[in-house]
Amino acid sequence: MDELLRLLRKNALESPHNLARMLRLTEDEVRRRIAQYEQDGVIRAYQAVVNEDRLDLDRVRAVIEVKISPEREGGFDRVASRVARFDEVESLFLMSGTYDLLVFVRGATLKEVAWFVSEKLATLEGVLSTATHFMLKTYKDQGVLMHVEERDEKLKVSP
Amino acid sequence: MKSSRSRPDFVAPHLRDVPRSGIRDFFEIVSQREDVISLSIGEPDFVAPWHIREAAVFALDRGATSYTANLGLRELRQAVAAYVRRSFGPSYDPDTEILITVGVSEALDLAVRAVIAPGDEVLYHAPCYVSYAPVVAFAHGRPVAVPTRAEDGFRLRREALEAQVTPRTRALMLNFPTNPTGAVLAREDAEEIARFAVERDLLVITDEIYSELTYEAERVSVVAMPGMRERTIFLNGFSKTWAMTGFRVGFACAPPGLTEAMMKIHQYTMLCAPVVSQRAAIEALRGGDRDRDHMRAEYEKRRNFLHAGLNEIGLPCGLPGGAFYVFPSVAGRGLTSKEFSLRLLDEEKVACVPGSAFGSAGEGFIRCCFATDIEDIKEALARMGRFVRRLST
Ligand SMILES: Cc1ncc(COP(=O)(O)O)c(C=O)c1O
Repeated sequence: MDELLRLLRKNALESPHNLARMLRLTEDEVRRRIAQYEQDGVIRAYQAVVNEDRLDLDRVRAVIEVKISPEREGGFDRVASRVARFDEVESLFLMSGTYDLLVFVRGATLKEVAWFVSEKLATLEGVLSTATHFMLKTYKDQGVLMHVEERDEKLKVSP
Repeated sequence: MKSSRSRPDFVAPHLRDVPRSGIRDFFEIVSQREDVISLSIGEPDFVAPWHIREAAVFALDRGATSYTANLGLRELRQAVAAYVRRSFGPSYDPDTEILITVGVSEALDLAVRAVIAPGDEVLYHAPCYVSYAPVVAFAHGRPVAVPTRAEDGFRLRREALEAQVTPRTRALMLNFPTNPTGAVLAREDAEEIARFAVERDLLVITDEIYSELTYEAERVSVVAMPGMRERTIFLNGFSKTWAMTGFRVGFACAPPGLTEAMMKIHQYTMLCAPVVSQRAAIEALRGGDRDRDHMRAEYEKRRNFLHAGLNEIGLPCGLPGGAFYVFPSVAGRGLTSKEFSLRLLDEEKVACVPGSAFGSAGEGFIRCCFATDIEDIKEALARMGRFVRRLST
């Protein structure tokens, strides 16, 4: 992957000035490449990675395994894109193995998520079965550890 | 002074003459301060990769708590032989030509003690790592600094070597990439140095502990030059490449006679390197390529950033080809490098090692380490910029 993308994935707020220094490019070149990535749809969004466990939120996250029947034309895509459009759905993947879609959903309460699954998801045409797993605690999300690891102190000066 | 003479002084005279380490002096000052951003470390800020730590945990779990063979675990020596062949060229026999040591630190001491007789002279390029001159002095040898210059990218030139060599010169110590300057060895320089060593019949001790942290330059080792394998003690280790400083493990490769001589000292003074560390080292060589590459890529960006930043604020420096240090000039402000470092620490709470800690050739420079979190580097640069602006008004 382009080092520029790597740096932005780590810190999307990094200024073009600093990015230019790190990559030994001009600031204009950095801006131009970012604009190009945005235009090409390579960069889809800039978001903060939030540790929601630290917030006093009413929210529940769940992962749902969904089996669907592929259609003659379009395979899994038509059902998948219908599922993807629900606001409750955060991420959606087509999987190999014993089920077809892996759906990450969120809601305010357990009841709300349960309702979404039974009323919206399970009833979609083509959906054969669902298995819902509720998430209890987040240790790491999008490559970021959610609790600060205690580290051994290092010397401040060493040879 | 008088009072100390009246009391018995048990310390050996050749040791008394070795000055205290400038790094230790500076460490004691820095450790009394709070909220200091330190660019004065000489080790990676990464923690050793998890799979390497896990191998150490697993070794302990299985009860690896004993001595190993004096030379080190055979499995590790074999892995080292394969690694050295692949990365540097020469083949070494794991049974007679490779010794696992307690870091490159011990290996340096062994190498020097194995070959230096009292009064022998040892050349080393300066500014350089703090251990070389003392280790030679401990062996009753005479360390002889060969200066290198910033304008020349701190390259080691034949002329400079010729100016210091005498009939008593026995060995030449090399450290490329260099701590503290980040200089790397160009192929033509390696060839020239090798010719010099052969013509003068010198032993070469080459400390290539930063070799894996070579950035865009070609990685060149003097040991791969014609006629060098037989007269070279090749040293390397795990501290920098895999962020394993606390494991204390390194190695020396040399022809059988030299390895046996080092082994003699090692066997009676150290017995062996810690077994858990040796297990971790095997894992590093077996599965550590990706971590090494990842850390190198990370250092490279930080290097670029720090190099650009220092030049922007008026502390000129070349782009280091290796290691993780930038060595900017602080001259022309009426301050010694130590005064500059102390005032920077006092006024802006940024710690950089004064160049004079690396010998008189380092005067006029400071060493800034970029194995430091990028956010800390940013803040340090902002503070240093303020400091430099204040100095020039
Ligand atoms: C040039 C050089 N050689 C050797 C060492 C010591 O390495 P080790 O941890 O393997 O003893 C260092 C550590 O800073 C170094 O910079």
